[in-house]
Amino acid sequence: MSAESTPDLHAAIVGAGPSGFYAAEALLRKRPGIRVDMFDRLPTPFGLVRGGVAPDHPKIKQVTLTYDKIARSPGFAFWGNVEIGRTPTIEDLLRAYHIVVLAYGASADRPLGISGEDLRGSYTATEFVGWYNGQPDYQNAVFDLSGHSAVIVGQGNVAADLARMLATPVEDLRRTDITDKALAGLAESRVRDIHVIGRRGPAQAKFTSVELKELGRIRDCAAVVTADDLELNDASRAELADTRADEGRKNLEIFRTFAAASGNSASKRIIFHFCKTPVRISGNGKVEQITLAHSVLQGPPFAQRAVPTPYHVDIPCDLVFRSVGYRGLPIPGVGFDAENGIIFNHKGRCLRDGKPMPGLYVAGWIKRGPTGIIGTNRADSVETVETILEDLAQGIASPRPGIADLRTALAERKLVGYADWQRIDAAERARGQLKGKPREKFTALHDLIDAASNAADLKFLQR
Amino acid sequence: MTIVVTDNCRLCRFTECISVCPVACFHADEDMVYIDNEICIDCRACIPVCPVKAIFSEEDLADEQKHWIVVNEEKSRQLPVIDEKQTPLPTAEARRAQLGF
Repeated sequence: MSAESTPDLHAAIVGAGPSGFYAAEALLRKRPGIRVDMFDRLPTPFGLVRGGVAPDHPKIKQVTLTYDKIARSPGFAFWGNVEIGRTPTIEDLLRAYHIVVLAYGASADRPLGISGEDLRGSYTATEFVGWYNGQPDYQNAVFDLSGHSAVIVGQGNVAADLARMLATPVEDLRRTDITDKALAGLAESRVRDIHVIGRRGPAQAKFTSVELKELGRIRDCAAVVTADDLELNDASRAELADTRADEGRKNLEIFRTFAAASGNSASKRIIFHFCKTPVRISGNGKVEQITLAHSVLQGPPFAQRAVPTPYHVDIPCDLVFRSVGYRGLPIPGVGFDAENGIIFNHKGRCLRDGKPMPGLYVAGWIKRGPTGIIGTNRADSVETVETILEDLAQGIASPRPGIADLRTALAERKLVGYADWQRIDAAERARGQLKGKPREKFTALHDLIDAASNAADLKFLQR
Repeated sequence: MTIVVTDNCRLCRFTECISVCPVACFHADEDMVYIDNEICIDCRACIPVCPVKAIFSEEDLADEQKHWIVVNEEKSRQLPVIDEKQTPLPTAEARRAQLGF
């Protein structure tokens, strides 16, 4: 850490994803002179923009240009390869910084809570997404794609990404930033039928209409919907009649075009199933089928629940991916709402036993749950920073004596600063250029750290 | 894909769009806001948050609204970036009511 002078105000942000960057942006803007240290457990910044957004969505990834601009602001520093929690702890940070903003996202998957979920061939969306995006935590995962039939449980945009990655001809992915390893794995894939399962009906599917439409435009792949499944009950009709239901109405329109089209000649199919609740996954040592209960929707508009009936249907399958939402994990020292997988907070002010924890704030998915899109986090982080400014107006305890201890504790780590990240970035782009890809990611922690400190590799590639 | 702000924004300028724009691609004059599609990443965060449904993706634009594509392009080139939520125009609520939202 630089600058020996006593800072006017010093903030730490835990997590270098979108919500962390928007919190940094707002703090830097509202309190000129503030110093912001952003920590991430990975050596790389940008969170799910790097590790989550699908390789074939390059335009969305251009949002990193905005984060790059924030990172170059005076007062900002990135410290990658530092996991906050056990050492250093939240308390260590609170002793070192006036303000600590937790923005570390929601990294776990919600389980289905059914038997057979841990059979070989049953995976989480997070594992698969992390694997094809080169996220270091998931590079040892092995996906057996030798079977013909895959089931994805969930009907949100992550499920859409999974379906698209499984259905897209591998030639169409070669010029994306998908890792070589994932490309090789997908090239071997024999998956032909991709079943996408929703507990509720087509009117409640969570896809954005753009992502849904994309599923009908994959080369040599048919999107399959049974017309009868698009009959709506009264409550669903009321939901779609609502003025805010533009996306739902568009989705239904898209499902209707899928139902009307005949794509028999395509070699792959994405098959949508509605009002089906997973009951169990079964097989002899590995996934062989999933059992679904026909379900009926009950309740008033916008609060309809899928109630399973005793009527079951089995889908033979080789793979099951569960994609029914992310889930935040606690960090030691905070008040954690285990039911919702978020940190207890009021407008971003962390609460423990109902009382504010001075200096500790939260932003993004770990604040509100895993909802919305990238931009949603900007408004969310701005709200948190407004709360911080309100508290600062009440006066701050200063100075923070713990910064020296923190420096000592971190001195033994291999920290990755923003300039180091820029070296990783340049090396990845250079590696990608050789193959006509925007970048070829380093996927092992030691390779990332080597690339951060070893500019020779890059110079060699650029010759 | 091109995302554009259309007539409904005029005299409203609620700027909910600006608070969710991840890339600061909005520009504004005294009447309304415009999108710079050179910067926009097509994330569509702005579309559902507009209280008067002024923002459309190109493919959802009615023919008589198509001219807004050029207007957004030209205005965003001339006007400054606005990247923080603004107070709506004094005429906003009356205009919203008139538009039926």
